[in-house]
Amino acid sequence: MKKEQLLDLYYQMVLIRRVEERGAELYQAGKIGGFMHLYIGQEAVSTGLIAAREPRDRVITAYRDHGVALNCGISANEVMAELLGKATGMSKGKGGSMHMASVEKNMWGGHAIVGGHIPIAAGLALGDQYAKNDNITICMFGDGATNIGYFHEGLNLSKVWGLRVLWVCENNQYGMGTAVERASAVDEIRQKAEGYGMKNAAVNGMDVMAVYEAAKEAIDYVRKESQPYFLEVNTYRFRGHSMGDPERYRKAEEVKQWQENDPIGIFNKYLLDKKIATRKALDEIEARVEEEVAKAVEFAETSPEPALEELFTDVYAE
Amino acid sequence: MAKITMREAISQALMEEMDRDPAVFILGEEVGVWGGTYAVTKGFYDKYGPERVKDTPIAENAILGAAIGAAMVGQRPIAELMTINFAFSAMDYIVNQAAKLRYMFGGQFTLPLVIRAVGGGGRQLGATHSQTPDAIFAHFPGLKVVSPGTPADAKGLLKSAIRSNDPILFIEHATMYQVRGEVPEGEYLIPIGKSKVQREGSDLTIVTYCKGLELSMKAADELAKEGIQAEIVDLRTLRPLDMEPVIESFKKTNRAIVVEEGWKSYGVGAEVVSRIYEEAFDYVDAPILRVAQKEVPLPYNRTLEQAALPQVPDIIAAAKEVLK
Repeated sequence: MKKEQLLDLYYQMVLIRRVEERGAELYQAGKIGGFMHLYIGQEAVSTGLIAAREPRDRVITAYRDHGVALNCGISANEVMAELLGKATGMSKGKGGSMHMASVEKNMWGGHAIVGGHIPIAAGLALGDQYAKNDNITICMFGDGATNIGYFHEGLNLSKVWGLRVLWVCENNQYGMGTAVERASAVDEIRQKAEGYGMKNAAVNGMDVMAVYEAAKEAIDYVRKESQPYFLEVNTYRFRGHSMGDPERYRKAEEVKQWQENDPIGIFNKYLLDKKIATRKALDEIEARVEEEVAKAVEFAETSPEPALEELFTDVYAE
Repeated sequence: MAKITMREAISQALMEEMDRDPAVFILGEEVGVWGGTYAVTKGFYDKYGPERVKDTPIAENAILGAAIGAAMVGQRPIAELMTINFAFSAMDYIVNQAAKLRYMFGGQFTLPLVIRAVGGGGRQLGATHSQTPDAIFAHFPGLKVVSPGTPADAKGLLKSAIRSNDPILFIEHATMYQVRGEVPEGEYLIPIGKSKVQREGSDLTIVTYCKGLELSMKAADELAKEGIQAEIVDLRTLRPLDMEPVIESFKKTNRAIVVEEGWKSYGVGAEVVSRIYEEAFDYVDAPILRVAQKEVPLPYNRTLEQAALPQVPDIIAAAKEVLK
């Protein structure tokens, strides 16, 4: 990867972190409603993954979607506006934190029914198979989603029909507050793909370069072989499951230990150690992000509420 | 005009639309090699091949999820549920996904999707395979629910449904595939969301749809022998519900009954009756009655099953009651 691309990955990861930090403040201030699930700690996963796709490749994810949206190229303005429920959000304020999508950016949501989007991802790939193109679909979901029936129906169908899907399990160790070993028959989630005869791998999700390399290999396989692939990415969320999480299920020491493995810190060190960037260059990126996020907050706060007539639009196309 | 069966009318609609638009394809359990469990897609696999007539695993979530995803990216899938009773296994895809995705994402895409499902009792299939749960699905904004009562309507409505850019649940009745009627050949479209007067009369209005239409027509013949002229309004589409022909008829007759095969509680009749009271209260000359299924799971035994389902004599009795 070229220097500019590497710096862009760094920029994206910092952008996700700062957008969400400001989002959390706005949530506490009562300006964001509903549920909000932060991606902080997991930034390397979608950043590395989406960097490996072609623009024609589709992305679909669960409700922890702000980072994925930003990585797909949806602007911080639109993300922030959607969080605030404004008319200028990409879903016109009708979706909120959990339902961000942009057809233009080939980002197909933001889905809040755990595992519900997994068969839909198979459908996106089916649409492409039917159209006889070689687009692939990247479907991300948490470890918790691998225990529900949708997951198994979706994986099975993708293998039976040879659908071009890269299944990505973001194993952040907990489904809400239930640890993987308390909910899943196997601790290593990728073993489930074995049951469907599906090629699979596991990768360290705190290392953006490792995720990128693994994703590249997986995407090549899916495109060339017209077969699904299962990638387990081991990661950790530094914040609670959602904003209202008392975190009784894990110890502060455990969180602290993972935080020492901060994906942004790891990548920062990588860029400096390999002399790809100077400290000054990275500071400049951080300053640029601060400015962009401040502007996004201002954009969202000054954007109009959706008109009341919007209540009745988009229910049907006809 | 050719007199063909409901099965032939539905097959014709599917085939004509597949010939017309290459984006249309079928997926479902046993739709291909087997030819459809109710033989509706017999011959399709040989004609269109496995790419356009896709046999799926027995996995309703996968069937509907895949259909929704393919519709999101511009294909026009027709997903078949072997019976509407299996829709409960995939409820999430019907009410949480198909009915909501467009709205939730601010109208960024359309969902040109048809879900064909066979419903209804009367074939001694036992409680879990004999339901008429149409009202449940009609409850959800974002979904359209169509259920024809004649072969001609089945053809015209299904063709319109396939061309529609909205998700549509198309409910057929398991005992009506052999029903014959005149069906126009070739291009024949009936708009979704339009009720229709299927029989004219002046003494009372019978509001019904699907299997209820067949029963109500027979009841109306009997009533006519006694000099009672029933007007029958066929809803055809449950959502969006077109009340205009119902209200128009009611303003003429001032008396009505609603006939449906599903359970009475919280049913189609409950909705229709409320709407008549709301929109034409001044015209009400007698309480409006509902004829519906008894409030029990349907039993296997033929006598018991028939006792639970609405029958022609029930309709005649209700009609006479409102005319008292």
